[in-house]
Amino acid sequence: MSLRTPLRRVLNHGPAHDGVGHWWVERVTALALAPLAMWFAISVVALPTRDYAAVTAWIGSGLHPVLLGLTVVLAAWHGWLGLQVVIEDYVPRNGQRLLLLLLSTFVNALLAASGVWAVLRIALRTAA
Amino acid sequence: MTERPLSPHVTVYRWAYTMTLSILHRVSGIALVGAFIVTIYWLTSAAAGSAAYASAMALLGSAPSKLVIALALIALCYHFCNGLRHLAWDVGFGFERAQARRSAVVVVVVTLLAAVVLIYALFRAGAGAA
Repeated sequence: MSLRTPLRRVLNHGPAHDGVGHWWVERVTALALAPLAMWFAISVVALPTRDYAAVTAWIGSGLHPVLLGLTVVLAAWHGWLGLQVVIEDYVPRNGQRLLLLLLSTFVNALLAASGVWAVLRIALRTAA
Repeated sequence: MTERPLSPHVTVYRWAYTMTLSILHRVSGIALVGAFIVTIYWLTSAAAGSAAYASAMALLGSAPSKLVIALALIALCYHFCNGLRHLAWDVGFGFERAQARRSAVVVVVVTLLAAVVLIYALFRAGAGAA
């Protein structure tokens, strides 16, 4: 009989150490995104016009750049975690799975960085 | 590495409509990644200046784009409503079969109502393309 606990036997073997962290962050980002996504969708469709001046003025005004930056980062984060679960469930354990996981990681990072940079550019131009 | 069986083993169960909502949560989630890409394209075009923004809006204002955007709004409303349902389950509410079936109906109804309002507001006359 081994004196090692079941927990000790699985720790550091594969994904046994951070599954709850993944699950938890997916929920936390969902909770934060719920009001942010609703705010963003309603605000954009409710703009009186969506020409260049109206849209950039809205993006740049008040707290909007902060909220929009948060929305972009959290959407990319939540989407990254969600895609990971879907890929791991449906793509067999082979090179293709790794490729898709890496692709999702890089694309979501690129989207987050591009979105934040776009919001910053618009906001700083409007503020100047 | 041992080849453990993969979840989910969905094919062994008798179909119930709550299962359709479950898979639609994933489908809408994947669709929203596509919608997110389009949104970032839109934001980036606005950041690049009025000429870039005008050409982006011309592209987003075409009939096929409008259809895709309408579908994306439905996906957003669905993933939002069903996501709240999932969060309620995560804290222990609504797990009974009757409750889960009732909340499924609520999710579908609220999704359709919210999507109709958002799509109407987006495409109403005078608001500019897309």
